Amino acid sequence: MTATTAIALRPYAAIVSARFRMLLQYRAAAIGGLWTQIFFGLVFLGVYDAFYRSSLQQAHPMSFAQVVTYVWLGQALWAMLPWNPDGEVRAMVRSGAVAYELCRPVDLYGLWYARALAWRTAPTVLRAMPLCLFATVVLPLLGLEEWRLAPPASIESAIAFAAAFVCMLLLGCALTALMNVSLLWTLNGEGAVLLMAASVTFFSGMIIPLPLFPDWAQPIVQALPFAGLVDLPFRVYIGHIPPHDVVAVLRHQLLWTIALVVFGRWLLARGMRRIVVQGG
Amino acid sequence: MPQPQPQIVVEDLVKTFRVSERAPGVWGAVRGLVHRKHRTVRALDGISFTLEAGELVGYIGPNGAGKSTTVKILAGILVPESGRCEILGRVPWKERIAHVAGIGVVFGQRTQLWWDLPVADSFELLRDIYRVPQERHVPIRDELIALLDLEPLLDMPVRQLSLGQRMRCDLAAALLHAPPILFLDEPTIGLDAVSKLAIRDFVTRLNRERGVTVILTTHDMDDIEALCTRVIVIADGHILSDGTLSELRNRVTRERWLTVDLVNPEEHVQDPDATLIRRDGHRVCLAFDPQRISPAELIQRVTSAHAIRDLFVENPPIETIVARLYGESPRSRQP
Repeated sequence: MTATTAIALRPYAAIVSARFRMLLQYRAAAIGGLWTQIFFGLVFLGVYDAFYRSSLQQAHPMSFAQVVTYVWLGQALWAMLPWNPDGEVRAMVRSGAVAYELCRPVDLYGLWYARALAWRTAPTVLRAMPLCLFATVVLPLLGLEEWRLAPPASIESAIAFAAAFVCMLLLGCALTALMNVSLLWTLNGEGAVLLMAASVTFFSGMIIPLPLFPDWAQPIVQALPFAGLVDLPFRVYIGHIPPHDVVAVLRHQLLWTIALVVFGRWLLARGMRRIVVQGG
Repeated sequence: MPQPQPQIVVEDLVKTFRVSERAPGVWGAVRGLVHRKHRTVRALDGISFTLEAGELVGYIGPNGAGKSTTVKILAGILVPESGRCEILGRVPWKERIAHVAGIGVVFGQRTQLWWDLPVADSFELLRDIYRVPQERHVPIRDELIALLDLEPLLDMPVRQLSLGQRMRCDLAAALLHAPPILFLDEPTIGLDAVSKLAIRDFVTRLNRERGVTVILTTHDMDDIEALCTRVIVIADGHILSDGTLSELRNRVTRERWLTVDLVNPEEHVQDPDATLIRRDGHRVCLAFDPQRISPAELIQRVTSAHAIRDLFVENPPIETIVARLYGESPRSRQP
């Protein structure tokens, strides 16, 4: 990296690192989140277990073992799902402290994207490790061998997943930044955020893995940006998408990331012209 | 050769806000779903002034007069409807990033420090955000720490600071990149007397010794009297007056106040050339026009008629002046 790039990126790197360190302090929230995730994981698996046992259909789009790993990955990486805007940005817009944010000699979109990076990773680091430990080690000890989180399908799948995971983070942060921007339209923004939250949770595959959606819906849900947040990378992990097809996954994720960043920046530029800084 | 440009030029600035209104109550909320009423409020209605480098200007007006709106436009946060604004040759909202690197801003009611981080960490973060090289950062930071007495606060998280401590830290935070221009939006709001004095003292030194241009909005008239050589008074988006403090006084009223402490509080003080404006136990306050009656003569008349313990002549407080300018004298509220 050249010296000029280093200086150009310095503010954003500083924000990511400060916010990351700050968020690592919220251990109580992490423990609370961990319990929630374990509980949800077990409930989901109970439902799928019953579904797979009672189903007469032979050719399932995914095996039960694949669904189990898919579900646990989703719970482990729940904090990375961009289902809400940055709480700090929301508070700043409400209180008017966003004024300071606009007084910084940095690109506001870049600043909010940097915040999102820290916000999507720090809690994940805190929660993913203990959850994976629970789902891989503790569950078999409890006699729930069938419900355990399996390792990646192969070394190739693991490498492919690592790449898809990075793109999943970039895409998630683009969506988070977009939601932050929509908050500038204070009241209507909240509605847009709710709609986005519902779309992200449902169409990412976080509730029901996308291959289990009806056939007619497949082309639509697979084309939407949300698939790149959960479904595509997870299916790479379990080998449902073979490692040599990962290029298509990465292309999907990166194209959507670029599109969302461009849209977010355009929206922010518009929002800045009509912004009303609350209060005083 | 072109004349040197003033540092800050503001010309005919207009800013309107659309405020949505709805009738109160449940029915109003339901109607609001279908039909929203909007009202346009003119926050600024043609504001013009220029500032030279090194000025310390008080920008005052009642709530909602447009003070903060002006500051926010100058800081590049809001975009005005029309009008011109140039600061250091730049249009704030067009070249926001280059512009904000040269200004410092403090909004008294909010903090720019990171709530959960120790003060020192916030300073480091600001150093990185403003891309100040470490070798330049250290002397600036150390000097601010010494001037504002921040040493004992550096390790404390911001949420644990008192309001006065926080404001001192916020002032330092706004100046870490050594901006030539500082905007202070109600910096003494809610502070105790000691903290206010510390802030005023610091701002005065900053202006006199460093030549930093300061625009200060405030409700605290003591701030204005202690700090500002020039005062801009604004109400309803218009500038009512712009000049030195004494010019402002002379424009509004030539009146002086004579305050006497009587030995006998029962006595009635009266004079044909003065009006009684306040009476509080032993203390009586008379207003007079020095062009109608000289202060010496009035004092002589009063002292010859009454036994008094003490007396002094003063200007009416700036509150009274400004209130009269707004057309609403506080005297009318007194018995």
